[in-house]
Amino acid sequence: MNEQYIAKSSAIASRLLGGEMMIMSAADSTFFTLNPVATVIWQAADGLTPLSEIVVRHVCTEFEVDPEIAHRDVERFVEELSGHGILLVSERPFADSATRSKEAAWA
Amino acid sequence: MNPSYQITVEIGGIPILLHTQDDYFRRLLARRYAGFVDSAAPPRFEFDIELTTPSRKAPDEEVRVELQDGTWRLRRGDFRAQWDPGAGRGRIRQSANPYSIDSVLRIVHTLILANEGGFLLHSAGAIRNGRASLFSGVSGAGKTTISRLAPPDVTLLTDEVSYVRRVDAGYRACGTPFAGELARMGENCSAPIAFLFFLQQGPENKIESMAKSEAIRRLMRNILFFAEDSALVENVFQSACEFVERVPVQRLTFTPDSRVWGTIQ
Repeated sequence: MNEQYIAKSSAIASRLLGGEMMIMSAADSTFFTLNPVATVIWQAADGLTPLSEIVVRHVCTEFEVDPEIAHRDVERFVEELSGHGILLVSERPFADSATRSKEAAWA
Repeated sequence: MNPSYQITVEIGGIPILLHTQDDYFRRLLARRYAGFVDSAAPPRFEFDIELTTPSRKAPDEEVRVELQDGTWRLRRGDFRAQWDPGAGRGRIRQSANPYSIDSVLRIVHTLILANEGGFLLHSAGAIRNGRASLFSGVSGAGKTTISRLAPPDVTLLTDEVSYVRRVDAGYRACGTPFAGELARMGENCSAPIAFLFFLQQGPENKIESMAKSEAIRRLMRNILFFAEDSALVENVFQSACEFVERVPVQRLTFTPDSRVWGTIQ
């Protein structure tokens, strides 16, 4: 399976409050509250770190989850957030924030 | 040369000077905004109002608010307006009715507040013992009911739209002329906000705490903002988060009689 890279869209507003990450889509005002695992993934979504590395380094280590289960859950999370256009997914590292803005506008 | 008449409408401590060539319309505005006119402070913004013949288009056509080259353009079936915040001036085209200007003012104030950490909120608001409480909720949740039940020592700020301003480390609620079913304007005064309650009616009066995420979700649902502008959404979202961090937000279940005011202290 190809490697994946994830990056936050620039068309969102987010804030960590009381240990929960809250995200709002500027496009349609959809509101999301992330659980602790999803929050860790969100914070690590720098567009440059491979998703598999995020899972191993952050999810498996910090939450003591079996890698196979973690991969499955993370893929589901990524699919859901990318479906709303607030997380961007690519098979290559994202170049810079300008790229993310452009891709977000297309999402 | 046509005569020019003017009137200053001050809501939330922000005076806006309105110019019109129609004295009848100026007097109509003076009646509509009685208690909120003729500020002693210099105007922050000015609008020229051009009166037109009534449009056949429905006034409930969806409002559109767009920022183009530093100028906000506001549009609905019954009005067209543009406002350059940098220059402090704007223009409104509408027929001689109080509803269109009311909508324009609401929109302009949401845009002003979005850059100052405040917002307009669908809520009733009242002052008691020098502190303001806001009562928010969807239509039918009880904003008008709780306003109607207020005892005599309560000053009603609004039964429909609260004006929330960020002041230093806290927030103040200001009265507004934006009335709901009670059809009564609020008092033109303000106080620090002590509580925000989200209303629901039930068999008994009780106050429960809310998780911050739920508070923000419900707050965002009830803040008025019209522009499809990502910077504005970001500002409003951050303002809502700041508010929830500083003001206790609780769920108020109440049965519609005056005892509810004994629960709110």
